[in-house]
Amino acid sequence: MKEIKKAFYRSLPVMAGYVVLGTGFGILLHNAGYGVLWALAMSVFIYAGSMQYLGISLLTGGASVITTVITTIMVNARHLFYSISMIDKYKKTGKYKPYLIFALTDETYSLLCDDDDHPGENFNRYRFYVSFFNQCYWVAGSVIGSLLGAVIPFSTEGIEFSMTALFIASFTEQWINSKDHVPALTGLACTTACLIVFGPERFLIPAMLLITLVLTLLRKREEKKV
Amino acid sequence: MRAAILIALMALTTMALRFLPFLVFGKKTPKYISYLGKVLPQAIIALLIVYCLKDVSLTTHPFGIPELLAGISVVVMQVWKRNAVLSILLGTAFYMLLIRVI
Repeated sequence: MKEIKKAFYRSLPVMAGYVVLGTGFGILLHNAGYGVLWALAMSVFIYAGSMQYLGISLLTGGASVITTVITTIMVNARHLFYSISMIDKYKKTGKYKPYLIFALTDETYSLLCDDDDHPGENFNRYRFYVSFFNQCYWVAGSVIGSLLGAVIPFSTEGIEFSMTALFIASFTEQWINSKDHVPALTGLACTTACLIVFGPERFLIPAMLLITLVLTLLRKREEKKV
Repeated sequence: MRAAILIALMALTTMALRFLPFLVFGKKTPKYISYLGKVLPQAIIALLIVYCLKDVSLTTHPFGIPELLAGISVVVMQVWKRNAVLSILLGTAFYMLLIRVI
């Protein structure tokens, strides 16, 4: 019970963002001619926000099988990174492991990636509930949007900033808790440089490669500090 | 039918990306992968912040000012109270206010 409460509390900011962004997705999918069961299927089985938004245009644009697979890899390649950095942390998660891996979105990752000092069954349950609640918000939002099928009567403009704020808060917390700021600064510098060089549509994968390269080159130095 | 196939492909490809590292490195994790696991989270969170702000224009109105001010408010709240839920909810409310007045 304690874990459920803690997980629910920690997931509150994600609720705000996911319900609204999920609703936006449901509305767009509805307007593209796909009803509530399609929205449900996509949010339950794909469960990756930006991919689902893009998926709508793949569905309506008559994309081929190859295009769909390649686009998904390009947009979601960052999930490889999340998984790589959770291998050690999720090692002893037992029966929860498959779902924890499946449900590792940007936001769930940012809630769980720096929490690893409390191993054990209770903590695994907490991780499970954080992951599960987040997906519930996303699914609920998609269904609401699909059923509504039209823009919500009041303005929620700007609420998507809750996702940005979530990452900024995680970044700040990790910064306070860590003596070594090289990885954080590497991430910031490499991503900004790639955004400037490659532009907002294409910088994600170059940025990930550059981050990996720089951190690999810094390995000897970094491991001395640990 | 075609839509169902495409959705299945998106789902399976996304799952493959999420599960692949665990399947390949899960049993015996190379030291290099463990090292990346330690340093990547901070770098990735930084990447995600930039990713969220990628479409903010610094040369046209409102010049990214709402994002900057609201972002600073999240950092200040987090350093001061160390309560992520509070920082995020207040920061978002502040942002929603800013984009309506600036």
